[in-house]
Amino acid sequence: MNRVFHVRRLAFWAAVAIFFAVLPLLFKQSFALSMLSQMGIAVIFALSYNMLLGQTGLLSFGHAVYFGLGAFFCAHALNLIGAGKFSFPVTMVPLIGGVAGLVFGLLFGFVTTRRAGTPFAMISLGIAEMVAASALMFTGFFGGEGGIATNRTVGGTVMGISYGPQIQVYYLIAGWCLVSMMAMFALTWTPLGRMANAVRDNPERAKFVGYNPTRVRWLMMSLASFFAGIGGGLAAINYEIVTAETLGLVASGNVVLMAFIGGVGHFWGPIIGAVLVTMLQSALSNYTQAWLLYFGLFFLVIIMFSPGGIANLVTLHKPAWKARLLPRLFPSYAIAAVAGTVMMLGFFALIEMIYHYEAKESVNKAFSFFGVELDPSKASAWIGTLAVFAVGIALFYGASKVVRRAWENLTVDLQKAGAV
Amino acid sequence: MSAPALQLHDVRKSFGRTSIINGVNLAIEPGERHAIIGPNGAGKSTLFNLISGRFPVSSGRIDLNGEQIDGLEAEIINRKGLARSFQITNIFPKLSVYENIRCAVMWSLGYKYSFWHRVGSLKDVRERCEEIVERIGMTKRRERVAGVLTYAEQRALEIGVTIAGGAKVILLDEPTAGMSRSETDEAVELIRKVTEGRTLIMVEHDMSVVFNLADRISVLVYGEVIATGKPEDIRANKAVQEAYLGTEQH
Repeated sequence: MNRVFHVRRLAFWAAVAIFFAVLPLLFKQSFALSMLSQMGIAVIFALSYNMLLGQTGLLSFGHAVYFGLGAFFCAHALNLIGAGKFSFPVTMVPLIGGVAGLVFGLLFGFVTTRRAGTPFAMISLGIAEMVAASALMFTGFFGGEGGIATNRTVGGTVMGISYGPQIQVYYLIAGWCLVSMMAMFALTWTPLGRMANAVRDNPERAKFVGYNPTRVRWLMMSLASFFAGIGGGLAAINYEIVTAETLGLVASGNVVLMAFIGGVGHFWGPIIGAVLVTMLQSALSNYTQAWLLYFGLFFLVIIMFSPGGIANLVTLHKPAWKARLLPRLFPSYAIAAVAGTVMMLGFFALIEMIYHYEAKESVNKAFSFFGVELDPSKASAWIGTLAVFAVGIALFYGASKVVRRAWENLTVDLQKAGAV
Repeated sequence: MSAPALQLHDVRKSFGRTSIINGVNLAIEPGERHAIIGPNGAGKSTLFNLISGRFPVSSGRIDLNGEQIDGLEAEIINRKGLARSFQITNIFPKLSVYENIRCAVMWSLGYKYSFWHRVGSLKDVRERCEEIVERIGMTKRRERVAGVLTYAEQRALEIGVTIAGGAKVILLDEPTAGMSRSETDEAVELIRKVTEGRTLIMVEHDMSVVFNLADRISVLVYGEVIATGKPEDIRANKAVQEAYLGTEQH
């Protein structure tokens, strides 16, 4: 039985590898390729963060410190390679970032992991502030406001790989992402990984089964910092510049959002979060100036209506899937999707109207919203937008009742089938 | 003659100016089943917290198999072969029954903080866990999340977690508290079975459990042991009757 399990696991990772390999064939534009690269980095970073939050119960507000330090060390390593003072394959440079993350994780973690809960969160915030401040003070290493620029092609061309074209960088990131995912997943099923969950749930009991909770937290934090450093190293290679922002509080906050949106209760939750947040951040910002507002609202909605994140929404459907009753939910979901789209379009239009009314000094405030010309200086546009929004709310309210009824019926049948 | 499994020399504990434990001396022989009884507030649970390293002693000395353990961290004491349960159920509520047991097994089998072993492939861990789950009678519920078990099941799991590491000295803090008569009888049988060949020290309020299980009994009143002896001696002891049992026997 164990062997079957083993084969299935290998098959799963092989499928992921193939998926990573063919992704760039499906999305050929350079915009898509750089976004995919960004996603790979974000996935590593978010998964490493969840080793703290989801697995060990440590809410860190300073995880970008290890990501950023890894990035800086890699940028310097690349520059040293370029200057001929250091010989190291560029492909393995992210490992330097990992080691840098690990070392600083061990160092700072020694202090921060003595406490869990709120004290840990506060100390992590303090360290993040301290490192961010240092980044602007020690300009030799951190490069001050301008950061450290680097060049990913310093290794020359090895077997046709120069890391000049983005596609090659994508495959480098994909490779490291796959290896990191496998390693982090494997880690959850080691004695340390299991005890991390135990310490998260009941640190005192952990002491009375022979484990020092501080040591468990410290090790988990150090290993999480290792993977964060790998992510940072890939970022240095991908962007060829590392600035103080890379290890700043905004970056630290961002990974918290990714983890929560995706769901911290599941190993793969943060992957969803990382992909979605990266997509929103790079795609949405192309279309609207108000994207941060939408992003914030999206986070709020997730936390309010599904505190377990998107992963939890998905697993909610597992019993229905197993009982082959899932399609029964689809009609109600389709209704809700239509109603939700109307509501959201009304809402977005309203926000854009307000935004264009406020932001632009020009006489002509009209703008195109999904092909519809909206002019905030005209009352009719306001009335129309509000009407769509109001109708959308009413429809969505009705649809939510339909969805609830579908779920209630489903639950009854699941109980009859003994699946719950 | 070998050293006592557990020995307390003039152990004292005070919180601020309030003195809770006032010089307790106790020697418990290997293999003995020892009950500590006493009225509420006598300091029984505090005494357990001192022995197991949850609180530091104010003064005095505690020896486990002749080796001084007071002042050590709780996890170090555990590794030396002393395990305890808690009066208020203290398990890993979000983990399954099986995982609860596994957490308690791993250190003693030498896996420590390993992040290079896969738990699923550790044969010795699996065998020990299955054996413990079987012994506490929860094989059918091994995949259940501990937090949703019934109270009696959680108490049984608590005992399972306590014995899983193979400690030779077991401290059970009111293992049958809050149980019905039949549940208590089952718990007593379970305790008798799983502490076979080990040293057991238990705090217990239920006198039938105490007289049923214990080889010897110590009576703790206001932080002092006023008597230690065989159950029949304790029953006959005048001071004990006045301080504690008397009210129940008249």
